[in-house]
Amino acid sequence: MTAAPPAAATREAYPVALLELVEQGIDVVALDADLSVSTMGYQFGEKHPDRWHTVGVAEANMVGIAAGFAANGKTAFIASFASFLPGRCFDQLRTSVAQPRGGLNVKCVASHGGVTVGEDGMSAQAIEDVALATTLIPFDVIVPADFESARQAIVAVGKTTRPAYVRTGRPKVAALYDSAYRFEIGRAHVLRPGTDVTLIACGILVGIAVEAAAQLAAEGVSARVLDMATIKPIDREAVLAAARETGAIVTAEEHQTHGGLGTAVARVLAETVPTPIAFVGVDRYGTSGKWDQLLGYFELTPARLAAAAREVIARKR
Amino acid sequence: MHLTGNGRCRYPLFPMPTSLAPASIAELTQVAQRVRVHIVNMVFRAQSGHPGGSLSAVELGVSLFWKHLRCDPANPDWPDRDRFILSKGHATPFLYSVLAERGYFSPELLDGFRTLGSPLQGHPSMGAAPGVEMSSGSLGQGLSFAIGHALSGRLDRRDFHCWVMMGDGELNEGQVWEAAMAVPHFGLGDRIIAIVDRNGIQNDGFADTIMRTNPPAMWAGFGWKVIECDGHDMAAVDQALSEAERAEERPRVVVAHTVKGRGVSFMENNPGFHGKAPTTDQLAQALTEIAGGLR
Repeated sequence: MTAAPPAAATREAYPVALLELVEQGIDVVALDADLSVSTMGYQFGEKHPDRWHTVGVAEANMVGIAAGFAANGKTAFIASFASFLPGRCFDQLRTSVAQPRGGLNVKCVASHGGVTVGEDGMSAQAIEDVALATTLIPFDVIVPADFESARQAIVAVGKTTRPAYVRTGRPKVAALYDSAYRFEIGRAHVLRPGTDVTLIACGILVGIAVEAAAQLAAEGVSARVLDMATIKPIDREAVLAAARETGAIVTAEEHQTHGGLGTAVARVLAETVPTPIAFVGVDRYGTSGKWDQLLGYFELTPARLAAAAREVIARKR
Repeated sequence: MHLTGNGRCRYPLFPMPTSLAPASIAELTQVAQRVRVHIVNMVFRAQSGHPGGSLSAVELGVSLFWKHLRCDPANPDWPDRDRFILSKGHATPFLYSVLAERGYFSPELLDGFRTLGSPLQGHPSMGAAPGVEMSSGSLGQGLSFAIGHALSGRLDRRDFHCWVMMGDGELNEGQVWEAAMAVPHFGLGDRIIAIVDRNGIQNDGFADTIMRTNPPAMWAGFGWKVIECDGHDMAAVDQALSEAERAEERPRVVVAHTVKGRGVSFMENNPGFHGKAPTTDQLAQALTEIAGGLR
């Protein structure tokens, strides 16, 4: 029996994945905007100073520079906090990255996503980034749940020529996967089988959904847990299977319920098998606190997910 | 590192693949006249578009594309080409006309400007037509894009210049100054040259009333060498661009003093023709005036 991998923040996967891509011969460059100590981008810069630049506190300029690199065949990564990327540079992402030639090869890796950024308070707590990113037509949008899935997701987007948005988080979270796991863009992963309800989550809510499923099991409720790391393109088959096989769905995300995971899942259901659904997310601006306290403050908890599951099961016909 | 006569440095020069006999001022003036005819015809045909800021840029574009830009219209994606990045994207009648006259595509393509099915959209779409280097139209983004090209060129040991043309109204955008501070910081004075088409008018009116700026002082303050010229005197433009090509540590910006709508009397210095098409009668008058040359 092997020991469980240690807890790690998803943001820690960023430099690891970049180094891996360079080793594999991908022509990577990476940019930061004066937050590289937090995004971990500096660790890539230490190894490849010729391939890494910090542009100062200037996110719009960073996006344009990345677009210029991509126009010359580079795979250009840019990193900042999710509250600034895409928030401070949305138009640049649209005009200089998403529209040219069907989408230039620029990858956003935005750390400190959601409310678990913690003490910095509401301005630093990104709860709209996924919604913005999904409206950029050629972009893949991914919110990984732990270090291993984040590492693999960043490597995966680095091997495509499409633009992408990957959101990572600040706190260290327990590992859900080991190196045997295989991440694929657009493919959900069933972490726990179930027949009464499906909890579809992304990011830090995946681990919370696993805990909620355990609570529900103790009551005799069989809850499936789906890690829907890829918000776009969403895994329609996995959503459809959940609807057909469990008949009730709860979505859970560290993001507004407008324009995020829940919205994407609801659309699939509306187009295929209309199914009772409940949305767990963050629909108000936040406050300071420790990251785990904030999960309680915003009711991003196993108890809330379990309650939502009971409520949605009751709505089944 | 060695410097060469025309200011290029670092790596051996490639010859310019398109052989052009040195163009005389008289020849360039004739090209500029044809470009002006295209501009007013395109905007008239489409009954929309931006004639004013296109007519102000004509001498700058003609001098650049015929005498300074190392380019090959038959091979527009040549990796070592000099890039011309039109940051003031609304000046598409100017850009497309210059590209067509320089041989990037047939002037017949200009007839479809702004119409369904044409690659020549109202604002530039990167790669939609040969020579269109950047998608723009949302202002302020060209200099940043050029920095990416220039840093990429440095990484790949390619030697090319990025010429970025901006409007003076465009200098209101904060991103311009994010990029302006980054060019000297990254030591890109040998790779990036900026041009400001200082025509003094922006969308809503005269620039001094909308948002007063002092481009020479602002660029100088950001560490750039400022070269000013009369943007409609072909010889003066050529001289300014030549000076800008000479490598030195400071990046160079050519602030060209121009007249919006230059060459058509009723458009000249008239904010109304920033983004408006002429009528049939006005077109006839415009073509007559252009044929008579700049007064």
